Amino acid sequence: MSKLNRRKFLSLTGGALATTLLGFPMLSMASKKRVVIVGGGIGGATAAKYLRMMDSSINVTLIEPNSNYFTCFMSNEVLGGGRNLDSLKFNYAGLKKHGVEVVHDLVTGIDPVAKKVSIKSGKSMPYDACIVSPGVDFIWEAIEGHSAAVAETVPHAWKAGAQTATLKKQIMGMRDGGTLVIVSPPNPFRCPPGPYERASQIAWYLKNNKPKSKIIILDNKPAFSKMGLFTAGWEKYYGYNSANSMIEWVSGDAGGTVASLDAKNMTVATDVADFKADVLNIIPAQKAGKIAFTAGLVNESGWCPVNQRTFESSKHKDIYVIGDSSVASPLPKSGYSANSEAKVCAAAIAASLNGKESPEPSLVNTCYSIIMPDDAISVAMVYRMGPDGKIIKVAGSGGLTPADASEEMRKREVGYAHSWFNNITDDVFG
Amino acid sequence: MLQKKIIESCLLLVLSMASGAAIAATPGASMLANTCAGCHGTNGVSSGPAAPTIAGFSNDYFIGVMQQFKNAEIPSTIMTRIAKGYTDEEIKLMAKHFSEMEFKRKPQQFDAKKAAFGKRLHNKYCEKCHENGGRKSEDDAGILAGQWAPYLNNAMNDYTSGDREMHKKMKKKVDALQKDHGDAGLDALINFYASQK
Ligand SMILES: Cc1cc2nc3c(=O)[nH]c(=O)nc-3n(C[C@H](O)[C@H](O)[C@H](O)COP(=O)(O)OP(=O)(O)OC[C@H]3O[C@@H](n4cnc5c(N)ncnc54)[C@H](O)[C@@H]3O)c2cc1C
Ligand code: HEC
Ligand code: HEC
Repeated sequence: MSKLNRRKFLSLTGGALATTLLGFPMLSMASKKRVVIVGGGIGGATAAKYLRMMDSSINVTLIEPNSNYFTCFMSNEVLGGGRNLDSLKFNYAGLKKHGVEVVHDLVTGIDPVAKKVSIKSGKSMPYDACIVSPGVDFIWEAIEGHSAAVAETVPHAWKAGAQTATLKKQIMGMRDGGTLVIVSPPNPFRCPPGPYERASQIAWYLKNNKPKSKIIILDNKPAFSKMGLFTAGWEKYYGYNSANSMIEWVSGDAGGTVASLDAKNMTVATDVADFKADVLNIIPAQKAGKIAFTAGLVNESGWCPVNQRTFESSKHKDIYVIGDSSVASPLPKSGYSANSEAKVCAAAIAASLNGKESPEPSLVNTCYSIIMPDDAISVAMVYRMGPDGKIIKVAGSGGLTPADASEEMRKREVGYAHSWFNNITDDVFG
Repeated sequence: MLQKKIIESCLLLVLSMASGAAIAATPGASMLANTCAGCHGTNGVSSGPAAPTIAGFSNDYFIGVMQQFKNAEIPSTIMTRIAKGYTDEEIKLMAKHFSEMEFKRKPQQFDAKKAAFGKRLHNKYCEKCHENGGRKSEDDAGILAGQWAPYLNNAMNDYTSGDREMHKKMKKKVDALQKDHGDAGLDALINFYASQK
């Protein structure tokens, strides 16, 4: 189709067409537009790839300090012994093949007026649109005695890589009969089922290697994600609710809220009791990534409010926030959500840069949890726009693995969970 | 070609917007399809080991299977929960979208001896409907060649256990296959499909 024809066609058919046009590359007519992406994790890398797939005339620069990315997802399986850390490692070669310019540096500021991103090495980069996906930062001061320095030896392992390796080493080194304490963070936090999948995976390792050991989960919450399925699984495999249960969960009501840490003595104190640990895994309370604060993108909640149709920041025009840092609820803070949000955001930006209206969004979240090597559970949901511009759950869709699912179906979920890992990482980095 | 595609999808879009107007606007085909990629791979091509590739299916097969998921008529671990999130209109949009994507075959492990035996069995019992060695999806029969073996294994287990209803004539052939060759026959067939590049 010639340019003239296309234009005529567009004007004849109106804005609604933008949605379908986005599926086809090379349709942009404007001069080169620049999109700068802050953070090459799940949200940022997906947005970079899909922007290029949607409109290859857009110049996409991704800024990420690390040359490798370790996924958090499946890192609990590393702790359980089911895979090695290297299998979580990805790089940016795939994105480069899509024509994404990858710059390994740290973003130090975003100027929403001059529309420039500045990086540690001193350069500044102009943008027409900027996507921010920096993940989470930790609120160390929520627990007295805790700090980033202490976390070198009391690992959180809530960002994967070196932290995962440290925790794994400590678990391997623990004596049979030792106590491992997991401190679960307050809501909202990245990967709501994550701490409980972690307890399951570590329990699997201990059951097979150090069966006299114990896991205590200290929680400030009265309940947690997939609770019924997790506790039923723990009953089945780890003696939960029996006299010699391997896992003990202390809810907020029962005194699970941790107030302080004595790192030297490996002890955490709640309002009710002190808990001494052989291995201590504190997952701190969370807030938006640091750069979101520097750039003035957060509100009083510590997270970034956005227009949920486009993920454009409610604070600054032409800056978009996706992934864990954004307020995307009802979507949880998960990798699947970040991947899904990134595509909606990329489509909105590609439309806007071509002078079109943002397309109607559709989103999905899924989260698999592997309780032991033959048994996995999942939660899923389909989302769309509600009448008031907020994302809503599609009624009747989604939900948990049915409580009465057969062993065969639960085993299938393990294979599908591993497939999900392969497919989402390929969708993000491939 | 491009023009034709655009006009077609535009018509579809306008139609779907007209019918769905009371609820909300219908997202476009690629917007909808992008939500599946986390589990089925970019453009519907799965990296395995178990989740099926969903690219290249015929419209009929895709719509049929999605509707069956939606109504919980075939056993599924998760697809019933997913399919219930989409209107009939949206399923049609996705069917067309994925039918235009290429079913790419990724290498998987197989036993060469079993695969050779499976090829003979396929020609005898299955080729009539799953033409061209199970590569074709022109009517409503799906794609078997190069599909992930654990998925096909699950599907065959669901059929033979009676949890997934079989096409009457397919049942006759599968019954005959089982009578003549037992589980080894099915295993050989799955190895044959896994061997297809
Ligand atoms: C143990 C565990 C298990 C999990 N399991 C699952 C699961 O099964 N399923 C699921 O869907 N999700 C899971 N998650 C959640 C998932 O990992 C996150 O939700 C997801 O990574 C969020 O993506 P993001 O882009 O917001 O942040 P990230 O993926 O963390 O990416 C942020 C990136 O930004 C970079 N960055 C930060 N600041 C700057 C800056 N100033 N300049 C440049 N770059 C910067 C960082 O280096 C990082 O690479 C799990 C998480 C954990 C901890
Ligand atoms: C959470 C992962 C997940 C998501 C998201 C997902 N699927 Fe599936 N899909 C599966 C699994 C697993 C199966 C195998 C059946 C089962 O156990 O549910 C499957 C099976 C299918 C099949 C049947 C394949 C065949 O050969 O018959 C189709 C078609 C399909 N999915 C389409 C889709 C579409 C379209 C979407 C997006 C709207 C989607 N799926 C989203 C996991 C997923
Ligand atoms: C009479 C035609 C016919 C014959 C013969 C036949 N099939 Fe099928 N098959 C179908 C149709 C139609 C479907 C579509 C789904 C359905 O009806 O359940 C199907 C679906 C399938 C599926 C599910 C595909 C998916 O992606 O989930 C498998 C697996 C399968 N057939 C295997 C076989 C095997 C193996 C044989 C030979 C032993 C065979 N079929 C013989 C018609 C046939």
